[in-house]
Amino acid sequence: MSAEQKTGAEMLIRALKDQGVDVIFGYPGGAVLPIYDALFQQNDIQHILVRQEGGAVHAAEGYARSTGKVGVVLVTSGPGATNAVTGLTDALMDSIPIVCLTGQVPTHLIGNDAFQEADTTGITRPCTKHNYLVKDVKDLPRIMHEAFYVARSGRPGPVVIDLPKDVVQAKTTHYVAPEEVTHRSYRPQTKAEDHKIAEAVEMIAQAKRPIVYAGGGVINAGPKACELLTRFVHLLGVPCTNTLMGLGAFPGSDPQFLGMLGMHGTYEANLAMYNCDVMINIGARFDDRVTGRLDEFSPRSKKIHVDIDASSINKNVMVDLPIVGDAGSVLEDLLAAWQARELALDQKALKVWWQKIEEWRARDCLKFEQKGQIIKPQHAIKRLYELTKDRSPFITTEVGQHQMWAAQYFKFEQPNHWMTSGGLGTMGYGLPAAMGVQRAHPDALVIDVAGEASILMNIQELSCIAQYNLPVKVFIVNNQWMGMVRQWQELLHGGRYSESYSAALPDFVKLAESFHAVGIRCHKPEELDDKIMEMIETPRPVVFDCLVAQDENCFPMIPSGAAHYEMLLGPDDKAGKPISEEGMVLV
Amino acid sequence: MNKTPQEIEKRTIAVLVDNEPGVLARVIGLFSGRGYNIESLTVSEVDPRQRFSRITVVTSGTPQIIEQIKAQLDRLVPVQRVSDLTLDGGSVERELALVKVAGSGDKRVESLRIADIFRARVVDSSHDHFVFEMTGKSEKLDVFIDLMQPLGLVDVSRTGVVAISRGPQGL
Repeated sequence: MSAEQKTGAEMLIRALKDQGVDVIFGYPGGAVLPIYDALFQQNDIQHILVRQEGGAVHAAEGYARSTGKVGVVLVTSGPGATNAVTGLTDALMDSIPIVCLTGQVPTHLIGNDAFQEADTTGITRPCTKHNYLVKDVKDLPRIMHEAFYVARSGRPGPVVIDLPKDVVQAKTTHYVAPEEVTHRSYRPQTKAEDHKIAEAVEMIAQAKRPIVYAGGGVINAGPKACELLTRFVHLLGVPCTNTLMGLGAFPGSDPQFLGMLGMHGTYEANLAMYNCDVMINIGARFDDRVTGRLDEFSPRSKKIHVDIDASSINKNVMVDLPIVGDAGSVLEDLLAAWQARELALDQKALKVWWQKIEEWRARDCLKFEQKGQIIKPQHAIKRLYELTKDRSPFITTEVGQHQMWAAQYFKFEQPNHWMTSGGLGTMGYGLPAAMGVQRAHPDALVIDVAGEASILMNIQELSCIAQYNLPVKVFIVNNQWMGMVRQWQELLHGGRYSESYSAALPDFVKLAESFHAVGIRCHKPEELDDKIMEMIETPRPVVFDCLVAQDENCFPMIPSGAAHYEMLLGPDDKAGKPISEEGMVLV
Repeated sequence: MNKTPQEIEKRTIAVLVDNEPGVLARVIGLFSGRGYNIESLTVSEVDPRQRFSRITVVTSGTPQIIEQIKAQLDRLVPVQRVSDLTLDGGSVERELALVKVAGSGDKRVESLRIADIFRARVVDSSHDHFVFEMTGKSEKLDVFIDLMQPLGLVDVSRTGVVAISRGPQGL
């Protein structure tokens, strides 16, 4: 390698370039000044200046999820790092590959309660996949490449590299290229054992009422894995449901798609899960939002669970056939084994199963009636979908009712177009995430479906959006309530709406204008379509304040502590199904 | 759904890790963060050349929890290998205790006599105290310490369990 002396900061930039990084999201501060100085003296890597470090991580998450690449964050020590913690936890829960570079006080001051010192590796240990404190500049290039490898391999996740200021200022000639670095112990299993594949196809071939339940693991395995999933489901002719994280892994408008499952999933998806006899889980983790009451979760099925993370298997639900491997690799093997053995399902039984599913589907669980002079939130989101679907929009969301409605009414035909905080449920995720998505796809239509409460959690990022001319569309479903909190208070706490009203809201149109964006307000159903079109056709950032009915609840709903067959289909359905005491303590 | 019996079991798990900063905190944090039990934990470097450390942890839980513990340990990035010593053919387990007993007269004589029975060694003494060193299974140490209680037990220090599998195979 070149014998030229370089600073740690320069080595770091070189390592980023060698990893193919062209954009990082960050915020400067004392401890990272040498890195910012090195950034200033080059043109290959663009730095996006966020307005709060939390926004940087979410933006990197949006970037990562919409491209399949690793998102990179650069923040300073102390508060810079602690502000990043929510985003790191979010990325850990949703398995998003992130490398987060944090500044640190110089090594001789570590432990001295120095200015802007925090024990970053200590704080982030439980909320990262792995973290490093670099103590010697000679280790820096290796650690950089290791971090990218760890972040993107196996089950992806966030990796923190804590960089003391003296280390990034120190000089070294020592550089290693990415291909020279191998991690000494981390080798996730990606290929499943042949006998497991054989067992799986034999089990599937016996099924009378099969279902494929696919999650974010398929999306993380890449677009090819999603294609393989689609081929597999088509070849077998079986129904397929996706988790919140998995939306887009299977085409949303495909007749074999039952919609999302779980707490706010469709009636047909949940009843099919409850009544199936063979469940093929690919890249999903039996999250509590999906299973509902565990002892009543699909009690009569044999379960196959494909997951790249062995610790996800038999964690919540005991399965009959665990398969550790990458979703794409396993799907490829399953397809090959199925075809090689010339297996076929019992077509008569499958037909009966589909008839049953069609009966459930005929309940049309997502129906609603838009009448009168007030826009229903479901209507707003459905129209947003209808009017944008031809443009393959990238959708991000905040967290709450609007998020669930977006998941229900949008149909995602391809992966990597749906970015939502699933595991952690981070309000304030959507706007910075949309920023990262738009940076990755400058010409695409990127919409943050938001609530009026969530959007205020990271509203400062409108300033970042303005600075970089990112034409993000923020579609606020404004019901003046923290809708999901209000809904639970109505259902579980006797309608005592404790602190869930969005009082003293800003004028979002004026707010948009003050942030150099376009503000649009709509409260009349007859104007909705035109105004949505106006939003889409505005080549600038837009904040759309859509005033909707205040008291709508998100249905269908499996109340907490209930089983799949105990779904509430609408407001009239709740009287006969009181929520159990056990259910009350669940979140 | 196959329901396994949910009885609490005690297991000894050996974990071979890269000896890097924070690796012990990672393992302990995993146990506390996920609500698992640690009954005993020992750690030391076992291969200075390759910088491997070995952590021996005695834990308890239902079979499902134990499987989770092993899977969670295994996915930590610096973890090389995880082995369930209780399950994989049994193991030899040993612990070392240093037991300080102070007193004089009959009690002092009696403590020495019991120490002799238990094959404990005196590693420090004065006219009015002994420090005994004793190695063995944890249960044996428990019994010895109990017997010392009325004889002037003032201090106990124990290493926690170290274990190695029976038979010719390595970890």
